[in-house]
Amino acid sequence: MAEIAEGGGGGGGHKGGKKRAKKQSTRIDMTPMVDLAFLLLTFFVLTSTFSKAKVMSLVYPAKPEPNQEMPEQKIFNAITFIVTEDKLFYYKGEFYPVGNPKGEPPTQLSETNFGPDGVRKLLADGNRYVIEEKAKLDERAAKTNLPDSIYKKEMIAMKKDDRALKVLIKTDTKATCKNFIDLIDELKIANIGVIAPVDLMQDEDNLLKAKTQ
Amino acid sequence: MPKIKMPRSAPSIDMTPMVDLAFLLVTFFMLSANFRETEPVQVDTPSSISETIIPKNVIMVTVGEKGHVFFNITGADTRRDLLAAMGDKYNVKFTEEQAENFLKMTSFGCRMADMPKYLDMTTEERKRQVEVPGFVGIPADTARANELRDWISLGNSLAMKYGKDQYEEALTKDPNAIADDFKPKFILKVDSKALYVYAKNVIDIFRDLNLNNLNFVTNLEGNPNGSASSEKKEE
Repeated sequence: MAEIAEGGGGGGGHKGGKKRAKKQSTRIDMTPMVDLAFLLLTFFVLTSTFSKAKVMSLVYPAKPEPNQEMPEQKIFNAITFIVTEDKLFYYKGEFYPVGNPKGEPPTQLSETNFGPDGVRKLLADGNRYVIEEKAKLDERAAKTNLPDSIYKKEMIAMKKDDRALKVLIKTDTKATCKNFIDLIDELKIANIGVIAPVDLMQDEDNLLKAKTQ
Repeated sequence: MPKIKMPRSAPSIDMTPMVDLAFLLVTFFMLSANFRETEPVQVDTPSSISETIIPKNVIMVTVGEKGHVFFNITGADTRRDLLAAMGDKYNVKFTEEQAENFLKMTSFGCRMADMPKYLDMTTEERKRQVEVPGFVGIPADTARANELRDWISLGNSLAMKYGKDQYEEALTKDPNAIADDFKPKFILKVDSKALYVYAKNVIDIFRDLNLNNLNFVTNLEGNPNGSASSEKKEE
């Protein structure tokens, strides 16, 4: 590896002269130093790139004023997730309890999972409108050099469209933070803009208990 | 004609430039690295695809695995005033030295009544507090005096005040300074294994104060669709 110097620097022309005294090399074996330098280098490279904390933003809906009536909103394309310990249930559209006045069949919970075949596929199907529109927008942006601000504005409008999927998240008392963040993460992957974490209703809790027992 | 003799020498490379470069890089990474701050509780954060780096001005609430709550806020001026304001509100007096210790701390979790004692401890002792039976962190449930709510609301108004000053100062140098960069951001650092109800309790305090834009600290994991900004392919 390092240099084993034979003969000093002073030109190799003369051989077998009287210069016997200059046999000891002045060079130092640098191998250990280089080893250490690279060890430190590797350590700092690895630690400095991997330990940066990342944050995921989540905007909660503002709390309504105590005496303000919530306006009745028509839900077009919504899905409600109910998270419990390492399990995930969902139903689409509105919730109909047993014996509801509208005469709709009572809502049943379906089970899914956090894997790519479960919730990811479900969300990709439900949010097809946004995904297709985003692909079109990306194509346009690539062609016409769209400014970032317009791109962002269009994305927001797209996510708020009636055809875009809206998601409600309800958690029971056994759900862990990991379950919750995993679900939010999946929603971000599926480009879902409207995410509302809300409280679990008693009827839903009863359905959940029946499912998990 | 005599034969031309090749000078016999061991194969050698001059390593000096390589060593120079190696040390240059070592120096660079050593100086630019910022080490993880010592926290009073070990928190294993969940992972997500988000690539947003943690902002500079933050009000951070940490929720440990057992639901203990810790609080942290950035900015030396904000911290000093916040401790004084909280001391006034809860009738707790601090010595000069204790206030100095408060500036050096990162996250902390203790009741206001125990605060002077907590500030006299060393970092190691504070770390061990979590194992002490009866440890509560910062009281955050609505039934008892909700100290976390006071930390957040007082901290937020002080951070806004100092942020405004900093923004005006920055404006004189750079007319394009963005006001939002100087406002405190609200960070929630939750343990993966902590029950969501613990986090929800803290979230509800934020929402009660009308602070609805929260950020969760997460580890970076690979996005199944490539980079977060790249387009999603249809299956």
